[in-house]
Amino acid sequence: MSKFSLKINGNTQVVDVDDNTPMLWVLRDHLKLVGTKYGCGIAQCGACTVHLGDNAVRSCQIPVSSVGDQEITTIEGLSENGEHPVQQAWLEVDVPQCGYCQAGQIMSASALLKRNPSPSDAEIEAAMNGNICRCGTYTRIKKAIKTAATATENA
Amino acid sequence: MTHIKTKLGRRAFIKNTSLAGGGLVLGFSWLNSCKPKGAEAVAMELEMPKEWYEINGYLKIGDNGVVTIMSPNPEIGQNVRTSMPMIVADELEVDWKNVVVEQAPLNTNLYSWQVAGGSRSISSSWQNLRMAGATARQMLKEAAARTWQVPVGEITAIAGVLSHEASGNSAGYGEMASAAASLEVPEEIELKEIADFSIIGTSRKNVDGKKIITGQPLFGLDVQREDMLIASLVHPPAFGMKLKSFDAESVKKMPGIHDVFSIKLYDEDYKKNTFHFTAFNELVAVVGESTWQVFQAKKALNVEWENTSDITETVTMFGNEMEVTFPAGMEDSETHTTKLKDLISTKGKVARKDGDPETAFKNAAKIIERSYSCPFLAHNTMEPMNFFAHVTEDHAELLGPTQTPEWMEPAVAEVLGLPLESIDIQMTRQGGGFGRRLYGHFMVETALISKKMKAPVKLVYSREDDMTQGIYRPAYYATYRAALDADNNLTAFHVKGGGIPESPIFANRFPAGAIDNYLAEDFTMNSNITTGAFRAPRSNFIAGAEQSFLDELAEEMGKDPIDFRLELLKRAQENPVGEKETNDYDAVRYAGVLELVKEKANWGQAEAGVHRGVSAYFCHQSYVAQVLDMVMENNKPIVQKVTAAIDCGIVVNPDAASNLSEGGAIDGIGHAMYSGLTFKDGAPEQNNFDRYRLIRHSEAPKSIETHFVQNDIDPTGMGEPPFPPIMGALANALYKATGRRHYHQPFITDKPPLVG
Repeated sequence: MSKFSLKINGNTQVVDVDDNTPMLWVLRDHLKLVGTKYGCGIAQCGACTVHLGDNAVRSCQIPVSSVGDQEITTIEGLSENGEHPVQQAWLEVDVPQCGYCQAGQIMSASALLKRNPSPSDAEIEAAMNGNICRCGTYTRIKKAIKTAATATENA
Repeated sequence: MTHIKTKLGRRAFIKNTSLAGGGLVLGFSWLNSCKPKGAEAVAMELEMPKEWYEINGYLKIGDNGVVTIMSPNPEIGQNVRTSMPMIVADELEVDWKNVVVEQAPLNTNLYSWQVAGGSRSISSSWQNLRMAGATARQMLKEAAARTWQVPVGEITAIAGVLSHEASGNSAGYGEMASAAASLEVPEEIELKEIADFSIIGTSRKNVDGKKIITGQPLFGLDVQREDMLIASLVHPPAFGMKLKSFDAESVKKMPGIHDVFSIKLYDEDYKKNTFHFTAFNELVAVVGESTWQVFQAKKALNVEWENTSDITETVTMFGNEMEVTFPAGMEDSETHTTKLKDLISTKGKVARKDGDPETAFKNAAKIIERSYSCPFLAHNTMEPMNFFAHVTEDHAELLGPTQTPEWMEPAVAEVLGLPLESIDIQMTRQGGGFGRRLYGHFMVETALISKKMKAPVKLVYSREDDMTQGIYRPAYYATYRAALDADNNLTAFHVKGGGIPESPIFANRFPAGAIDNYLAEDFTMNSNITTGAFRAPRSNFIAGAEQSFLDELAEEMGKDPIDFRLELLKRAQENPVGEKETNDYDAVRYAGVLELVKEKANWGQAEAGVHRGVSAYFCHQSYVAQVLDMVMENNKPIVQKVTAAIDCGIVVNPDAASNLSEGGAIDGIGHAMYSGLTFKDGAPEQNNFDRYRLIRHSEAPKSIETHFVQNDIDPTGMGEPPFPPIMGALANALYKATGRRHYHQPFITDKPPLVG
């Protein structure tokens, strides 16, 4: 067990956990930030996607000891109250069915739009291919990403 | 105006009068213990009232006019938590903006069919939900009439406002709620005319949308309680094995681990219902402080397993007793296929026979015979199985994702030795169901662990646990035969199907009733691999097989595939074979969706390079036809578009229903194309998404368009019906695109054998 000082959603949080503990479980079990979901534990489903700096990463594969002073953003910290254009687009398109994978989808989508504000269909597909939606909302996810891209362009 | 006797209704209505007493009824007692999770998000935008008045088991009205509507059924992504309250709200005549939705816990006194299964939530509660709203509306009118001393018939109720035109009186629901709550439930009420619906039939957004997109706790896995421990289970690595021994001591010393022990779910003489099934009655529980610590300890645990012997159990299924056999031994997929092929070549059990199919086949000029198969599938809900339980000496609180709280409650009571009244089950939003959470062994497991630990416990399955624990979609095999005469007329039709452990055949479904000489046969094969309902059970295979065969048959007969189906349906409508009522479909509605999809997809006018497949199916009371457009890019099939036509009666929440249509199509394409669970030496060969392939974003159709048949028929299911037929449309389009028929799912591996 070691103490780690983590920068999460703009705050510094201290946790006392085993060095190998994946960020996913630090967030969920120790910091009670349960918006980041467990789906597979092997970086295959994308449910646990968070931002490390500006990059979308699978938090189930990031040991807490490797984070250092890098900024972590989770779904809870993406915006104050769901105002991020991607979150707003998700509501407008009414994307979710069960909703379980959507935080991960939103985190992948927002990272994509940050580096590529108007992605093509192929670019969306490539960026979102690591996020499984078992309910099959892929067409709505794509539509919401395009809606968010347009909203950002016009803002 | 439809008049309806309220005594026809459920206990929910009667309950009110017995509770009402002094008239001022403050919420349900359990609301105090069950914080209204769904309510909070909406509540942020709504001012909460100082006082709530319970009108009946489905709703209460605040003194400021805000209305809380209970959603009784489990929400697994099928939108019931939005669409069921919409029905109540419409009949109540309240502005949807003033509605707060709460998830009701299991309450068999108030509600019936608190199940997410059979696509029946809306259809089974349609009348009750309408009556709940209409009864409250009537009582509010009555309260206003008494207050204003005017005839109740002159009072109007619109968008939460009661008015009396002649006297100029007007009041919000909130002002009359207290008086209304003290009234007797009226003997007879009026339901709205369908044409007057103002919420039903309009698209309303998911009531949990805001919580979902901001990552608020909603799901079972998100449950946190003070002093809560995390538990996880170790089960045998293969079917046909059971626990022999384990070494708890070394693992108990690992950081954060509190205890390691075995649990036994059911005694041998406990009479299970089919939803209590589990392949592994004895498991090792590891309990600790955090999920990661518990998962690590499980890996380090040394367990010895031994082989099971043959097991035969008598179980009940909806009250009927049946015997189920789980043979000993380690099974594998290769042997399964060989055995299924052997069985299908021996005679099956006749499920339906019309005319004289044997003679027709003997006299046929041509016989077409094709076989189809599909593998086991794991449900793979994105949220793995989990549950929370806090068991004390005389009470058990359970909270989490279950599709069958009512049917699991007796099992929990049994293993804890507590009466049913001491078990409280509440439901979270659920990260997918697809049938997996009908089988709630995880509730029993959590309850036992909590009892042993004397602490609140959350049980968490790892993905690997979830995928290898059993309750799979069965593997099926079917052979279709058709007899054609010298003029290429269809003279006989024969289907024989079976599976492990159940047959996929629906003997009375289309094309039964449309062909004079018809034979349906089936067979079954026992296995120790446990199976269960998977989105549209049996239909999820047989629809695709049947619709592929009909496509091939139409081609053989030189007919357009839609026209061919319509001809058969015309026959079934005008001159059905067998008694009309034995045929399990309405030929007119079936034809209706085919005609609609034909029009909307511009059938017959596909662009060059676009390969189209069509399919139509009826299950779970709804009719779905789909046209799938495929293009080949770099020798790879791409689904460009799906056009769906659906008849599910009145569409309660159209955009949400379209979402289910889209999801059903994607889910069906995914499973038929990519997914399968195979076995070697009794063990699943896939245990996570690296080897178990689910459809991904880039493989989904580029667009999906859904059209609903407009009618006034009471609503039927949308969760399951769009899923099965697309597999046929996919197979038929694949044939057009590749020149080769695909018979064996998953199609991605259905390749001709390599030669030389």
